[in-house]
Amino acid sequence: MPITAQAILIVAAILFILGLVGVLTRKNIIFILVSLEIMLNAAGMAFIAAGAKWGQPDGQIMFLFILAMAASEVSVGLALIMQAYHQHKTLDVDQLTALRDEPVTI
Amino acid sequence: MYNFLAFIPLLPFLGFFILFLAGRYLSRTMIAIIGTGTISIAALLTIVLWIQYLQSPPPNGAYTQTLWHWFNTSSFSSTITLRLDSLSLTFVFVITFVGALIHLYSAAFMQHDRDYARFFASMNLFVCSMLILVLADNLLLLYLGWEGVGLCSYLLIGFWYETPANNRAANKAFYLTRIGDTAMAIGLFLIFQELGTLDIQQIAASAPMHFNIGSPTITAIALLLLAGGIGKSAQLPLQTWLPDAMAGPSPVSALIHAATMVTAGVYLIARMHIVFQLAPIAMNITAVIGALTLLVAGCSAMVQTDIKRILAYSTMSQIGYMFLALGVGAWGAAIFHFFTHAFFKALLFLAAGAIIETLHHEHNIFRMGGLRTRLPLVFWTFLAGAAALAALPFITSGFFSKDQILWYSLTANNGNPLLWLIALSGALITAFYTTRLILVVFWGEPKTHIGAPPNGLMTIPLLILAILSLTAGFIEWPHNMIHLTLFSNFVQNTLPATIVNETAIPEAIVQLIAILATLSGVYIGYLLYYRNLSIVERWKQSQGMESLRSFLLDGWRFDHFYNWLFVRPFLFLTSINKSDLFDQINKGIASGSRWMNQLISTTQNGSLRWYLAGVLFGILFILTLQLLL
Repeated sequence: MPITAQAILIVAAILFILGLVGVLTRKNIIFILVSLEIMLNAAGMAFIAAGAKWGQPDGQIMFLFILAMAASEVSVGLALIMQAYHQHKTLDVDQLTALRDEPVTI
Repeated sequence: MYNFLAFIPLLPFLGFFILFLAGRYLSRTMIAIIGTGTISIAALLTIVLWIQYLQSPPPNGAYTQTLWHWFNTSSFSSTITLRLDSLSLTFVFVITFVGALIHLYSAAFMQHDRDYARFFASMNLFVCSMLILVLADNLLLLYLGWEGVGLCSYLLIGFWYETPANNRAANKAFYLTRIGDTAMAIGLFLIFQELGTLDIQQIAASAPMHFNIGSPTITAIALLLLAGGIGKSAQLPLQTWLPDAMAGPSPVSALIHAATMVTAGVYLIARMHIVFQLAPIAMNITAVIGALTLLVAGCSAMVQTDIKRILAYSTMSQIGYMFLALGVGAWGAAIFHFFTHAFFKALLFLAAGAIIETLHHEHNIFRMGGLRTRLPLVFWTFLAGAAALAALPFITSGFFSKDQILWYSLTANNGNPLLWLIALSGALITAFYTTRLILVVFWGEPKTHIGAPPNGLMTIPLLILAILSLTAGFIEWPHNMIHLTLFSNFVQNTLPATIVNETAIPEAIVQLIAILATLSGVYIGYLLYYRNLSIVERWKQSQGMESLRSFLLDGWRFDHFYNWLFVRPFLFLTSINKSDLFDQINKGIASGSRWMNQLISTTQNGSLRWYLAGVLFGILFILTLQLLL
């Protein structure tokens, strides 16, 4: 039984929502980064499925771009996280508020 | 030569324009030359025009010069047209000539003032506005000059604006004259509605055919114009701004009182004499207002202690004489009194300014004393002006003009013995307070240390004005003495001749009574303030005399009365209406915007998850919409 594009898209949607929920609920910045990766992979999966359905290479090329972007994001992001941990001794995003604007009151 | 007419108002305007734009970059000498020079050239031009006018009068006695069309709508057009006839020529002569002397004096008087350029700019604009007023051919242009005069009086009365009292005086003058101006504007609207024109010549031609004598409309028009004149000329009941207007520098007082502002009302009524002749009730009211004002102001002048306030009240009372003359139909006599009054009142103010300046800003006459020998030149010129004000017989110009008014107030068409009696008592009062002023200031013990006496620039105008105060009256003699009536012949081609009723009393007796009244006024002054000082001292002990004195000192308490009648109720109404509905609308919009701003600014909190949730809900919202619709 061939796997239909629809099934793959459903899996991609489930993965994307899992990643989204992770970004929304997690406090640890590393987990947020991981959840972001999951969302990116879900998007890539949807591109691959689309490319396979129409027999075009565009989907694969798009996935390569996403992969490259994800790799660079992780490397830069992990470096930033290392520095943030070094400075603030925490990975909780709710405590890393040094750059936040003061709330505007008139 | 008549082509140069437009330069007369243009030159002061040019002076104003240069000083207004470039005044701060010019040296003081340059400012004085521009300010005084433009007016002086205008004065010279006026004298040339006058000579030409006497030698070869233009046809119909008037020369008009249309400069340009102001505007033109379907039923109404207005031009900038200047009109020179004997009435406007008299005014132009006084304005430019006396104005030039006052400017010359100011060049020295204001020497140490910070705002030298602003002073001359305002003075030049003042002269320019007044010239436009008197030269205007139509009432709209006249109104332009009229309002310009009001503006400049505001600027100059509040010239030393750092003192709050001066600003209050300027505001008061502005508001009170504004009441008259509004009435006058309504009068102009009425004229336009009835006659369809504001051109003075057309009004003069069509008014007698359009209106019956004494019809309600023409009476209303005349009364509204009269109200305008009352406001500008400080007559009852709009007179209270004039004594406070002394807050300005002394040359300003001289200009306002002698040549410009307060004579505007006299000019307006003389210019619109055809309207007034059609409304006998308005004429009677004019005469009564003039008579009452000269009495009320004269009584106040008797007890004032501030030298400039004495002169201010005396101006009010002299303008009252002019209104009285206008009201009884003695048009020429009113203008003649204006003519002589301009010289001696300008002289008195300038001399008073010199005294005040020399005594280090001392205004109280009872702290002056003994200046006769210490300021001889100021004394002799002041004496000449005061003699003219008191109308000492035969040697002063004030006698000839006032005598005419007294005679006509009895015998002219509208005159009656009561008006004459009031005018006569006014003459006595004037002589009394003038004598008091002279004796207190120039005789007696010296009381204040004097500074440097006035220099040449200040004394030349004083001398010229003193000579004119004594001699200007010789061009017109009472009919029964010498048959020399140059002035009334001159103005009679513009103004109608006075209609005199037959009376049993010979003119010489009336003149004798007037002279006696003047001399007894002088004698009472001499008795009370020189020979027997104890009488006044005894009066000061008495309670009744003291309260009468403070009543007169306050100008018959008109200010208190108006405060009680208008200001208090108005403040009461405004305090009730403090939080009115329309303010609430504005305030609601403002506070609503603030609330929205706070709400939206809280959404920008820098948290990724908050933004992401926002994006998510946005996507869900759009998707739901798409599914549902």
